[in-house]
Amino acid sequence: MNTQYKVMPGPEHFLPPSASSMGIRLPDPGQGHIHGSIVPEEEAMEAAARQILQGKVPTIFPGPLVLWAWNEKAAQKAKAIRELFETIKECAASSQQPMLIPMPDYRPKYPKINPEIEINPNHPNLTIWHNKIDVCMFVGVHCHQANLSLKIIRGGTNCYTIAMCAQAGHEDAMLTFRDATAEKILRLSEWVRKLKGSVEPPSN
Amino acid sequence: MSLERIKIAPELHDIMPEEYQDLVQRATYGNNSRGWKDIGTSKELIEEHSLCAGCPESMAFRYILASLPNPEDTVMVGSTGCTSLVFPHVGVHNIHSLFGNQNAIASGLKRALTVRFPDRAKDVVVLAGDGATVDIGLDMTLQAWFRQEKFTTICFDNELYANTGGQESGLMQKGFVAKMAPVGKTFEKVRLPEIARESGCHYVVNCTVSKPNLVEKVIKNAIHVAREIGPTYLQLYTPCILEIGKNSMEGLQEMRDSEKPTERFAYKEYISETAKELLTEIAAKEKERKAAAKKQLAEQTA
Repeated sequence: MNTQYKVMPGPEHFLPPSASSMGIRLPDPGQGHIHGSIVPEEEAMEAAARQILQGKVPTIFPGPLVLWAWNEKAAQKAKAIRELFETIKECAASSQQPMLIPMPDYRPKYPKINPEIEINPNHPNLTIWHNKIDVCMFVGVHCHQANLSLKIIRGGTNCYTIAMCAQAGHEDAMLTFRDATAEKILRLSEWVRKLKGSVEPPSN
Repeated sequence: MSLERIKIAPELHDIMPEEYQDLVQRATYGNNSRGWKDIGTSKELIEEHSLCAGCPESMAFRYILASLPNPEDTVMVGSTGCTSLVFPHVGVHNIHSLFGNQNAIASGLKRALTVRFPDRAKDVVVLAGDGATVDIGLDMTLQAWFRQEKFTTICFDNELYANTGGQESGLMQKGFVAKMAPVGKTFEKVRLPEIARESGCHYVVNCTVSKPNLVEKVIKNAIHVAREIGPTYLQLYTPCILEIGKNSMEGLQEMRDSEKPTERFAYKEYISETAKELLTEIAAKEKERKAAAKKQLAEQTA
């Protein structure tokens, strides 16, 4: 389906429409989407790695599905996420400040949340804005809470959102993967390493 | 929540906020002898709350959470009221129901949990104010008791609608004048404990929360009876100090004054015959467990 709507960095407006209501569809296995357009997964990998290497504060937001060792798969993903973060730090230019901030649960903790150390789906824009995060990747966040957060971020900030989704992907992210596994997260890590030095880093 | 699952992924442990690390390391999930005395020495299941300074409801909430016999397998059902501000901060599964619907929600939940986990004790505890329990939700409250639904209903009785400014409730005492009830209550306080007994509750208590030991005992009794036999009801006086013109330091005294033998919150307890048998059995087992633990400790230190 051709559509005029693009899922782009905001601020879009206070209540942005859900991307699916604007005709954006989810990718099939082996695919991803960039700004709502379906692309092969490798293309999405490269684009995500470029965004990470271009961002001033590229940040990974791990959610409860990977923060807690529910099973062996979750523990492996947590390991892969740490590996990805270490790779980003290693490949980052001096003008970049990579971060790893958890979303431990979904309780509406406002105003108790400390945006320095955690993110919350009920007001994710606070964390994004406060830390000047301009590129972020959600991983291990339950579908509804991820969609909610991605919409709020798109509505109120100019942050570029990436979803490393274990299910069918997220229309409301600017770039999404689906069927995430530890191997897929490590593949993104390899792409970051591969593109190191070939991407213009952000200016100070 | 299985105790086996309360583990933070080792690779991400360092980025978890301290409160979550504390919940895993210092909370009392799975501890058979947990109780109000753990407060201050272990991680409480209530993180912080936004209730008023000195609010008796906040004391009651902490005692209740500390006394749940099985918090990792308990679901609490709340209703609109001041407790709604606290539930987001507790480390126990909870559902916020529509105002007054709490006992209907709890009925379905308890039945579903029984089907889904036939070999595991899953406790459901309703915690609602007097407006939700006795006025707007009275139908749901009574019907759940008539049907002998196996869960505990706790009413935080502050004798008015507190967080909407002090309107008259069915549990308000006769003659009381509140900010939004200027002519005074014209009829008697509804006698819900008696109604609960007649409606089929197997364990009913009417008291204040001035004595944490007592609160722990009645919470544990009510939950054990509900788990094995049928509905139970606790009516706990948690005065709203703001709405009755008291200051932060006067909540405890207000409860003490209200629990004197001639007052409306004098301790009242009803236990059905089957519940008595069960509680006697549980008490005997508890005594045996404590004696065994004491013996083991003596052997270790010898």
